Amino acid sequence: MSFVKIGNASGFWGDDITAAASLLKQAQDLDFLTLDYLAEVSLSIMAAQREKDPKAGYAKDFISCLRTLLPFWENGSKVKIVTNAGGLDPLACGEACKMVIEKAGLKLKVAVITGDNILEKLQRNPEDPLFNNLDTGKSLLSISQKLVSANAYIGARQVADALEAGADIVIGGRIADPSLTVGPCLYHFRWSDQDYDKLAGATVAGHLIECGTQVTGGISTDWLNLPKVSDIGFPIAEIDSGGRVIITKPKGTGGAVTEKSVKEQLLYELGDPANYLSPDAKVSFLALSVHDLGEDRVLIENAKGAPPTGFYKVSATYRQGFKAEAFLAIFGKDASKKARRAGEAVFEKLKQLGFEPRHQMIECLGSGDLVPGVITQETKECVLRLAAQDERYEALDQFTKAIAPLVTSGPQGITGYSSARPKVRDVFGFWPCLIARKDLNLRIDIL
Amino acid sequence: MKLYELAYARSGDKGDCANIGVIATSKANYAILKEKLTSDKVQAFFQKLSPKSTERFELPNLLALNFVLKGVLGGGGSLSLRCDAQGKALGQALLEMEIEL
Repeated sequence: MSFVKIGNASGFWGDDITAAASLLKQAQDLDFLTLDYLAEVSLSIMAAQREKDPKAGYAKDFISCLRTLLPFWENGSKVKIVTNAGGLDPLACGEACKMVIEKAGLKLKVAVITGDNILEKLQRNPEDPLFNNLDTGKSLLSISQKLVSANAYIGARQVADALEAGADIVIGGRIADPSLTVGPCLYHFRWSDQDYDKLAGATVAGHLIECGTQVTGGISTDWLNLPKVSDIGFPIAEIDSGGRVIITKPKGTGGAVTEKSVKEQLLYELGDPANYLSPDAKVSFLALSVHDLGEDRVLIENAKGAPPTGFYKVSATYRQGFKAEAFLAIFGKDASKKARRAGEAVFEKLKQLGFEPRHQMIECLGSGDLVPGVITQETKECVLRLAAQDERYEALDQFTKAIAPLVTSGPQGITGYSSARPKVRDVFGFWPCLIARKDLNLRIDIL
Repeated sequence: MKLYELAYARSGDKGDCANIGVIATSKANYAILKEKLTSDKVQAFFQKLSPKSTERFELPNLLALNFVLKGVLGGGGSLSLRCDAQGKALGQALLEMEIEL
């Protein structure tokens, strides 16, 4: 049977930057490597970065990662890369990528997919009901002045077309996470866009590997007893022409791929399992079967697909002021009571100063506050975590300055003020909405 | 009996919603979960997070239930002030639930 082997070596922006080179070394027969850099708010962070540096609109980690991969191509590797590292500026990412490749004397084709960035469309038509918030139903008019980014989750077709055009590296913006995997399958097997069951199988594969080591033992129930958690292998999906999937990891790496680890990741960030919506297909998980084949190989089959909706989902973000968080530790009798009182004192002080933050949080970690109401215990050691949010920068600035005085004015046993004044950070709200497929003009450039 | 004796779990976020996947360790345990672990029970268990709603989906093929809790992440995005802004701890929290057989 013919398989296409697709690995993932980045689950988010900030993941292990050495993973891609390790994975290529461990699995030299890999056909494709996917690198996912985008979570819901990543594009807003890129937008904030770009305000300070016009060239910082993409995940620069990808360029560092690319440098580590040059030796593989120099030694004849045919592996192709598919990534959404382009973020808000896929062309700049592509050009930076091309420079690194040319400097190394390599002849690799870079394809750049653009057209997912629809910020101007939202700014121009804030009254369009399609742009109403999918969760709350609110009109975009309520926040349109504060919009920072708006990107449609685009699918596998453009990725496949870019590969068909000979690309060795495909860079896009908000390519949906699973579509990074579906694209190579669509290209490799020459599936049609209507092969919904097969696309569904590849979508499930993409869903399973898009978070990197989360399917190979990371955050799993059996984590504590896993071998070599310092070196958990990144995942590989072996997909056949019928859309059946085997999830595995390189031999000799840490972690484990088991029925349990796969089932846990199948359910990760899942909504209605009968309607997993991707740009490529509507997928049902309700007939899926999972078989542990042993030796870190798990077979997943019977994904069912149906046509996708006529819309792309849009992930927009908008400015919502500032926030900061601070930590202190308290030890001794009545530790959590003291911690809570100390936290209240900070906010009382800010109120006196006229800078009471609109939103405030006091958590005594160790006494059950992480998930309130589930466990409650009086402890003799806890971490006081304070967080605040407000539209006014000044309120947050005052908040960060109100923490250190607790070291001398707070309760007995308060300690741990070693990380200095906390940083004030931008806050971005998340605004999910829709756009009609026909209204998006996607384009592929070969560099 | 604690839920962790019958099942394991993983949780995550989508905007201001959290989901908790609960997977039974056997068919018999799945039958128990299906009867006892209702959306009302889960909603009440997390009442201090004030969920707007809790919906349950059944995946008998995986011996799993998926719960979607709306409005529990303090706004979603980077707005949440909670330490567990992405609901990663909710799965482990739910496993602490007492199930009466």
